[in-house]
Amino acid sequence: MIDKQVKTTADAVAGVRDGSTVLVAGFGAVGVADHLLDALHEQGARELTIVANNSGNGDHGLARLINSGRVRKVICSYPRSGDYSAFLNAYRAKSLELELVPQGIISERMRCHAAGLGGFFSPVSAGTKLGEGKETRQIDGRLHVFEKPLKGDVALIKANKADRWGNLTYIKSARNFNPVMAMAADLTVVEVDGMVELGALDPEAVVTPSIFVDRVVVVGAQVVGAKA
Amino acid sequence: MIPESCQPLTREQMAWRAAQDLKEGDYVNLGIGIPTLAASYVPSGREVIFHSENGILGMGPKPAPGEEDPYMIDAGKNNTTLVAGGCFVHHADAFLMIRGGHLDVSLLGAFEVSEKGDLANWSTEDPAFPPGVGGAMDLAVGAKAIRVIMEHTSKKGEPRILKSCTYPLTAAGCVKRIYTNLAVIDVTPQGLSVIEMIPGMTLEALQALTEPKLQLASNWQALAPPQARAA
Repeated sequence: MIDKQVKTTADAVAGVRDGSTVLVAGFGAVGVADHLLDALHEQGARELTIVANNSGNGDHGLARLINSGRVRKVICSYPRSGDYSAFLNAYRAKSLELELVPQGIISERMRCHAAGLGGFFSPVSAGTKLGEGKETRQIDGRLHVFEKPLKGDVALIKANKADRWGNLTYIKSARNFNPVMAMAADLTVVEVDGMVELGALDPEAVVTPSIFVDRVVVVGAQVVGAKA
Repeated sequence: MIPESCQPLTREQMAWRAAQDLKEGDYVNLGIGIPTLAASYVPSGREVIFHSENGILGMGPKPAPGEEDPYMIDAGKNNTTLVAGGCFVHHADAFLMIRGGHLDVSLLGAFEVSEKGDLANWSTEDPAFPPGVGGAMDLAVGAKAIRVIMEHTSKKGEPRILKSCTYPLTAAGCVKRIYTNLAVIDVTPQGLSVIEMIPGMTLEALQALTEPKLQLASNWQALAPPQARAA
């Protein structure tokens, strides 16, 4: 019998190696797998490359990993969001590297890896500082830059409900990066508010199909701050 | 100098003016800042569907106090709502809508716009802080019409509509219309065309506050919004 549910968040992040690329879903404070980020902190992996939209807030979750010196590089679109002092201090101390990527290009690069493609041409950032050094091509008279696929070793996903196969649903705008990141990592780990029986999820309403999911842990309902 | 007889538009009035150009059935993304205010000024009876980059199609107004839903935020991470008919999409599809020409209008803020429609709105190159681009570059390439709302001059009174941008570009040649606190200006292959000016403004006075050459459209009109509402 397939059962992807694990008992604890520690079980969920077991085996994450030093130097891993970790996809951290969420937009601001909404749809972030905070429990899994805490568990990764306890687990102790170092030299991490983090892919996220923002750079963490306060001293919890991603910000706590940065404050503890676990993060070597952040790939994000907008680090300057909310109280991002953890990132700012590390950035100024040059103890971590920032790769700034336009927001839609981050998710499309991950989808590209998930789809088994070798990259894509996009007009976004063409002719700008963020396009410097990228291969270019004129397509139908418009300048495009080449974007490589982006792969995670691990994805930390926040969903609402799961069944034992790992089919997932989300809540409202907490969906954000979660379905894309869930498809783009070798090991996809999900924290959920609750489990349901196999067959209980409306097949028309499943957003992330089980094929993308490796481990599920129940953490109870998410409490999020509205502003981050 | 702005002529003394002129009353520049408030932020709310600039947003009102931009909202008048949103058409029935338009799918629209509003940038952070003044553009966000435009949602409140769509003429009544006109149905416009708002898109939010974090995965909302059919975004509604700010919730009433006490009605905030922690799972509902907009691009600025403020609480928002969903209208009847609204739905959720994941992030890559939200940006597919942005990049792929599916949005009718992208209304953006700006630091500078050039006479060719080049846009600078993501970086002032302040070395003390890390850069952040967010969705700015995606929003500047994809929509059918890309329009900008901004103050006509800097706080020091210097032009922000320039021959070429001094800040790093967000995208080249993308802006088609500029709404400022003094005028509405179209970017055309023949140059900048002033289609509206506030009462009391002259082309000469506006030109003195604008670096590239302005032409006055033959059918130009007065830019006269209603009194500012309370913010």
